[in-house]
Amino acid sequence: MRQIVCLKVTPKVDEIRFDDQSKTIIREGVENEIDDADKNALEMALHLKDKFGGTVTVISMGPPAFEPFLKLAVAMGADDAILLSDRGFAGSDTFATSRVLAAALRKLSPFDVVYCGEASADGSTEQVPPSIAEWLDVPGITYVTSLDYDGSAMKARRDIRGGYETIRAKTPILVSVELGCNTPRFPDFRRKRWAEKELKLTVWNMQDLGLLPSQAGNEGSLTTVTGLRNMRATARKNEYLTGTPEEVVSRLLQAIQEARA
Amino acid sequence: MSRPEVERGGVLVFLEQTDGAIERVSLEVLGKAREIANRLSKRVTGVLLGTGVEVAAEECARRGADLVLVGESSLLKDYTTETYVAAILPVLKERDPDIVLCGATHNGTALASALAVRLQAGLLAHVVDLELEEGTGVLLGAVPGFGGSIVAMCKCRGRPQMATVKPGVFIPLGVDEARAGEVRKFGPTITPDVVRQVILEKSIGSGPDISRAERVVIAGLGCGGDLTLARKLAEVLHADLAVSRPLADKGIAPKEMVVGSTGSGLNAKLAVVLGVSGASHFTSGIRNAKSVIAINKDPNATIFRHSDYCVKDDVNRIVPELISRIEKDSKVGSR
Repeated sequence: MRQIVCLKVTPKVDEIRFDDQSKTIIREGVENEIDDADKNALEMALHLKDKFGGTVTVISMGPPAFEPFLKLAVAMGADDAILLSDRGFAGSDTFATSRVLAAALRKLSPFDVVYCGEASADGSTEQVPPSIAEWLDVPGITYVTSLDYDGSAMKARRDIRGGYETIRAKTPILVSVELGCNTPRFPDFRRKRWAEKELKLTVWNMQDLGLLPSQAGNEGSLTTVTGLRNMRATARKNEYLTGTPEEVVSRLLQAIQEARA
Repeated sequence: MSRPEVERGGVLVFLEQTDGAIERVSLEVLGKAREIANRLSKRVTGVLLGTGVEVAAEECARRGADLVLVGESSLLKDYTTETYVAAILPVLKERDPDIVLCGATHNGTALASALAVRLQAGLLAHVVDLELEEGTGVLLGAVPGFGGSIVAMCKCRGRPQMATVKPGVFIPLGVDEARAGEVRKFGPTITPDVVRQVILEKSIGSGPDISRAERVVIAGLGCGGDLTLARKLAEVLHADLAVSRPLADKGIAPKEMVVGSTGSGLNAKLAVVLGVSGASHFTSGIRNAKSVIAINKDPNATIFRHSDYCVKDDVNRIVPELISRIEKDSKVGSR
């Protein structure tokens, strides 16, 4: 079974601050990590590899600074890692991002299963996985919580509002994996050391993927950000209730009564 | 005066149904689409796919749509991206809408993403507001990012301009018998060979919709992974029970109960938040709650900044007392 996992390296969301003056996001000093849902996607792929054999390749679009994160994925059990890196990729929206990833996946085909996390913690548009599926013209199944192979086709369980669906589809398919659906394994210490010291990552740029500058990055995007707003917090009373639990509760009962209006 | 056979342009809304019942978010989007179309002096066309959707189609025609196109086929009973794309794409190509809107549900997001690739159209993700740019009439969408704490104002290059809309942000129009739109069937040209994924089993929950609850008690990690106390408080308050994301990730509660950017936004009159630290992806979910009570033993918890009444104490010390006092005073318990 040939499996590919698309990973995104994202800043830790709760460390991100917004500069009201410059209307920009302050990324300095914010730690990066492999996006949580993507770790669940990688774990799902590694689990099937343990069961059915084959290979798991990870790909990620980003600057060379993301290499250590790809090596971490290899330490977790991936066989190979490819970084899609080109200045021309910067500023890609979901249309351009999915196009770049699809171009890399085409270059890696044939494959059986492509994985993505359901959404990234920063943008969380949830649009990239179903967009890639459309570029590649393969069935896309989103919000998958478990995946299995029955000898001739993949069987996926996916979350739908308040319930689930079980879906059967022949490979190749693309799945987006639900955040928290499994527990990602820890990196193997020896593999980690080997990856850090000896593994040479493959890096593909725009030309390697056969894309034109007009097909990626800002130029290849179909949406534009016209401005950023800090979501104004709702004005709250911020009234601190102190005293004995009895006193606090008396005040809470009053507040609950008032909230009926 | 004869009308052209196909009205081109305007606003097109994908109307999502589950087992024949229209999704509430589709009615919300339809209401906003009506407002946008009025400002542009254009029409609103809804597209509804499935089987047994006549009642839902009539409802949409009375709640904002000028025309509801109904595509009936047994192949469209349940959503799969390939069948829905195959059915809708010809409609989009024929009608060439200026704007395409759809609810940001799991299936709505998948459909809109696939259509955007096919149409080479810009797609704004789960917007929390839509407006028209002064002078140009270009669609502007407020796209939340970074857990909902920051909103980017975005627009599309070219046409159609597409957006998915976060559930719960717009208000559906009431049923207006006077301005009933037209319901028209179209024969979707869809053949079995389009089908590449087969739904073997489907189970839809019927739990309460916390985004519409009047009172909500929300349990977080500070409740120690046990919902007993929170559930009891919800019971005496006649409130719905909800949780923060980590509790769902741990399997303590189903995902439908999650409040925040990855779950539901509340529109409650009262939210009682127990043992939640208050990360931004959570607090975006209580933004529209009228009154917020927070109880947390961590005095520095950010949740207090987003609350009206703040209790820096252990949930286990305050909540039992609160429950017993409410039980004694039925006036408080009743809504």
